[in-house]
Amino acid sequence: MGLLDQKFENSNIVITSMDNLLNWARLSSLWGMQFGLACCAIEMMATGASHYDLDRFGTFFRGTPRQSDVMIVAGTVTLKMASRIRVLYDQMSEPRYVISMGSCSNCGGPYWEHGYHVLKGVDRIIPVDVYVPGCPPRPEALMEGLLKLQEKIRTESLVRKKSA
Amino acid sequence: MTPQQIFESLKSRFGEAVLEAKIDAFPDPWIRVAPAKLREICLYLRDDGEMLFDVLMCLSGMDYRAGKLGVVYHCDSTAKHHRIVLKTEFTDADPHVASVESVWKTANWHEREAFDLYGIVFDGHPDLRRILMPDDWRGFPMRKDYQVPEFYNGMKVPY
Repeated sequence: MGLLDQKFENSNIVITSMDNLLNWARLSSLWGMQFGLACCAIEMMATGASHYDLDRFGTFFRGTPRQSDVMIVAGTVTLKMASRIRVLYDQMSEPRYVISMGSCSNCGGPYWEHGYHVLKGVDRIIPVDVYVPGCPPRPEALMEGLLKLQEKIRTESLVRKKSA
Repeated sequence: MTPQQIFESLKSRFGEAVLEAKIDAFPDPWIRVAPAKLREICLYLRDDGEMLFDVLMCLSGMDYRAGKLGVVYHCDSTAKHHRIVLKTEFTDADPHVASVESVWKTANWHEREAFDLYGIVFDGHPDLRRILMPDDWRGFPMRKDYQVPEFYNGMKVPY
């Protein structure tokens, strides 16, 4: 399915399903939560800034979990931070999505063996929708992750509830 | 002053408390002192007109294995343009050393870090609590005999 705004033909009327309409609305304005944990956050900022311009996909960053749709876990999740991330995730209103950005939040990254203080993957505390590999991922990779998430949202349905 | 002169000056003033020196050590010459006299020695290094060590560049905790812990102080003088490294050693059964927070304010957070990661207790520190690890963390992670816990607050720690 293309975006709804490409479906206008002669008149000002579009006939579509509720699912399509809601999914279109959701995936077209994925507001991210403005928080970064490590060097991945620098790439995330670069992705949001003018050169890569996340605004093109309807994503820009909000300073509060209450107004955020997607949490981009950008960086090393220490055990000390893990409980805070869980709280932030709980404060987001549904539907909410999580992108795990970079090796650290995917699986512990370079700290997988000797990182006594690092959570080996943010999916141990919150459900993750899209994993973006890289150390850190380039802005293009993060945008790819967002587009993947949009694809995922496009297949959602009110009747079939999203898992997790 | 050269490191040798600093060592001789300390030796003549503090005698037994100044244990040894390695002047040709690379990259920095060091002097090992007894933990009991450490604060007095630091005060002397800071205030004496010939020494004037006004900057504590770094304070590091050490684990020398076999139950020996230590602290290393990198001191610098912006007035006299000389520097020296102080070392002190003690056992992990009695990991106490005097705080130099009252000598150099820099030491405040450095000592908290050494306490956090090595369990070295700095007597006289105004606010000795963990600085990096969570407050409810058990053990001192940088010790050589440290075992990573299986779980922390319900979260699995090993890979």
